[in-house]
Amino acid sequence: MAEVKQAARPLSPHLQIYRWSWTMAMSIAHRVTGSALYLGTVLIAAWLVAAASGPAAYDTAQWVAGSILGRLVLFGYSFALLHHMVGGLRHFVWDMGHGYDPQTRMNLAKYSVAVSGGLTILVWIVALALR
Amino acid sequence: MHSNSSMRTPLGRVRGLGSAKSGTGHFWLQRVTAVANVVLTIIFLGVVISLVGRPYQAALAVLSHPLVAILMLLFTVSGVVHMRLGMQVIIEDYVHGEGLKIAAVMANTFFAIAIGAACVFALLKLSFGG
Repeated sequence: MAEVKQAARPLSPHLQIYRWSWTMAMSIAHRVTGSALYLGTVLIAAWLVAAASGPAAYDTAQWVAGSILGRLVLFGYSFALLHHMVGGLRHFVWDMGHGYDPQTRMNLAKYSVAVSGGLTILVWIVALALR
Repeated sequence: MHSNSSMRTPLGRVRGLGSAKSGTGHFWLQRVTAVANVVLTIIFLGVVISLVGRPYQAALAVLSHPLVAILMLLFTVSGVVHMRLGMQVIIEDYVHGEGLKIAAVMANTFFAIAIGAACVFALLKLSFGG
């Protein structure tokens, strides 16, 4: 076999090189919220299994979930879920071939924070009003 | 066939293999579950938030309602499929050792199935009693 010449493969600069921008922050946030939600499913599964195990186990789970810390975690979880959802809607816009110019990109990133924050508060108000 | 400026690695050239040919399927399933999750997520959050601090009988009544149970089951399945695909991408991005990568991707599948099985079993038991 002929001697294979090792090509000098290009390396891309890493994260700390770049100035922070909205689009970069929201891209990272999408992955961070996705990972957080992945771990959060353990809590959801534990809560459902406790409910299925009977009143005693449910009361224990509800004592944790209903505490100040439990409610804070659930609020954070719901915001992470809705932020990830709004980030996903942004991806659908790009999948359709729209929203690639710099100004639209920046606006989509900025609005995704406001929209997901507003949506989180709205979902909590509606859910607590319906019970 | 290959010039020196090829982006393929020497190992890749020797193996002569392309991709595993499942990238499009992965991408598409990620999008299909994402579309389903847009609707199911809102309903799921509404159910969970409205049940915080409620007594057992109230939670049982809500979670065993057929419509709620079916929607929660759909969210569970669509959710764990979606999160498994997403975490696989993260693993493939950051874990470079071949052995560790395969182990992590496999553990990711086991985790997703375990979470899915636990939620599905719990929801069915709440509905059918016992």
